[in-house]
Amino acid sequence: MYTTLIAVQTLNGLQLGIILFLIAAGLTLVFGVMDFINLAHGVQYMVGAYFAFTFTALTGSFTLGLLLALPAALLVGLILEVLIFRHLYDRDHLEQVLATFGIILFLNQGVKVVWGASPLYVPVPELLQGSIQIFEGFFYPIYRLAIIGAGLGVAALLYFLVSHTRAGMLVRAGATNARMVSALGIDIRRLFMVVFGFGAMLAGFAGAMVAPILSVEPGMGDNLLILAFVVIVIGGIGSIRGAFIAALLIGLVDTLGRGFASDILRLVMDPSAASQTGRAIAPMLTYILMALVLIFRPSGLFPVKR
Amino acid sequence: MQQTAPGKAAASEADAPKPGTALAATRIRVAHVAIPFLLFTLFAILPAFAQFGAEGYILSLVMRVMIFAIAAMSLDLILGYGAMVSFGHAAFIGIGAYGAGILMRHTVDDFFLQLGAALGASALFALATGALSLRTKGVYFIMITLAFGQMAFFFFVSLAAYGGDDGMTLRTRPLIFGQDWLAHRHFLYYLIFACMLGVYLLLRAIVGSRFGRVLRGAKENPVRMQAIGFSPYRFQLAAYVIAGTICGLAGFLLAHQTEFIAPAFMTWQRSGELIVMVVLGGMGTLHGAIIGAAAFLILEELLSRITQDWKLIFGPFLVLVALFARGGIMGYLRKRGLK
Repeated sequence: MYTTLIAVQTLNGLQLGIILFLIAAGLTLVFGVMDFINLAHGVQYMVGAYFAFTFTALTGSFTLGLLLALPAALLVGLILEVLIFRHLYDRDHLEQVLATFGIILFLNQGVKVVWGASPLYVPVPELLQGSIQIFEGFFYPIYRLAIIGAGLGVAALLYFLVSHTRAGMLVRAGATNARMVSALGIDIRRLFMVVFGFGAMLAGFAGAMVAPILSVEPGMGDNLLILAFVVIVIGGIGSIRGAFIAALLIGLVDTLGRGFASDILRLVMDPSAASQTGRAIAPMLTYILMALVLIFRPSGLFPVKR
Repeated sequence: MQQTAPGKAAASEADAPKPGTALAATRIRVAHVAIPFLLFTLFAILPAFAQFGAEGYILSLVMRVMIFAIAAMSLDLILGYGAMVSFGHAAFIGIGAYGAGILMRHTVDDFFLQLGAALGASALFALATGALSLRTKGVYFIMITLAFGQMAFFFFVSLAAYGGDDGMTLRTRPLIFGQDWLAHRHFLYYLIFACMLGVYLLLRAIVGSRFGRVLRGAKENPVRMQAIGFSPYRFQLAAYVIAGTICGLAGFLLAHQTEFIAPAFMTWQRSGELIVMVVLGGMGTLHGAIIGAAAFLILEELLSRITQDWKLIFGPFLVLVALFARGGIMGYLRKRGLK
């Protein structure tokens, strides 16, 4: 019984980690390459989920809905880049915070106006409904496994793009020294736009993928944004590999912490105190982890060499 | 140039031969003396006019403005003068508020005891988290302060005895020398006003002192500061503790003004709002923080009376300020004034 619980929680943690990675990948690139703090990255995730809802309802098929949500999320990202972000790349971080904070307010309210304030639900695609038995007495929903699979697929694709293509090489070079890349005759503005649009699309993809298992609601990106920042800081800003490892780490620590903190504390405390302390500590674990990493490794686990 | 002490700036720049500079210097001095003077006069006489409108509503809105002005000014000390961007500053509002509320809950009604607890707890938290946070730089500093802010948030969420997630209502206002003066609206108003004025003067003095100059030097060039024999770390930590303690004062006042405390006082969004207030008003000017807090809260209030979807207007407004008004409202005024 207990093994099953641990197995379920571990898979749930992996799944959260994968989603976090999809959001953090774009965030860490935008941050690393353009030195741009994009607080509005969380609303990109939310917008992706809303698009998935609408397109699924329109077409009647989640696959089609997902395929349509991706270019739509890309479009929103590009519009924001052209209208606002590109004018802020060489500004102070705080002015970027001000502008992207404004965008959060606008889009969170905007989806409320368009789609209403109450949570929306997207049906799980028929093909992926139900659970499968992984071992004796242990069932796990197919759709959640599909999320893990899709996320790993995207991670592999990203790895290939970044480390084996010319565009990826430019992105890596940009993360190390953007000015030098520009001096070598690369149109850095176009590179920035591509990176930004791609990051927005990944966040939108994450939102669309979780739409069937979470409720789609305004502000759903806010807390994930903060977790994604935790991920990129632990991983080292600008490092995709760091983001991947840190995302899985945070996903597992958060999920397993919430599941088992009280049980572990019970070994050393009396039950009622243990359950109370456990409830208090569990949500803090990810932040404690980040603080510890920063205290001992002040620029993350995998710092990009500059 | 706006960061030099007002008198000195005028003196040194007035000596310059070009007549235009002297004029500019005078204008800077005017901006640095006249604007704060005007602001504080406005706050001081406002209650006299509030009685012609919805008095209770106006007074409580302005009290809120003044409380957040205190918090924003404290953030401006580390952010505008020390380049320490704290993304967990709202934690101190919460700690100050809970310092008051928890004592109140245990029937400690004395104003000064509660104030001491609120400030002491804030100072201790600032000392502990600041000592660790200042080991990091730049963006990593932003994130580690966020982490400590979130830890404080979840800590208070878990305090089921004090309302947990929902917070709790305070049963009464504290007693000053055993008297319930705070029950009077105007007394509370002028107490908050005095706190804001005191904090402004204190911070002005700190910024103009040798300590403040070291702090600004460490912002401009920490390596050079070290080379001429200063250890920026100690100065920055001291500034961080001062800022945290003052923000704790804002939390203490907020608890008693609203007669309510909740973890919602200290969410990361609230920390973001404090940064927005400082940047909106114009960092590194102190009175800019007051203007920023006032602009933020009053716009929020006015817009939300026009439409329920006020954020659709307020969000783009912030974007426009970031795009076109560099240096916030004060920066905009200064550019206008000097042209």
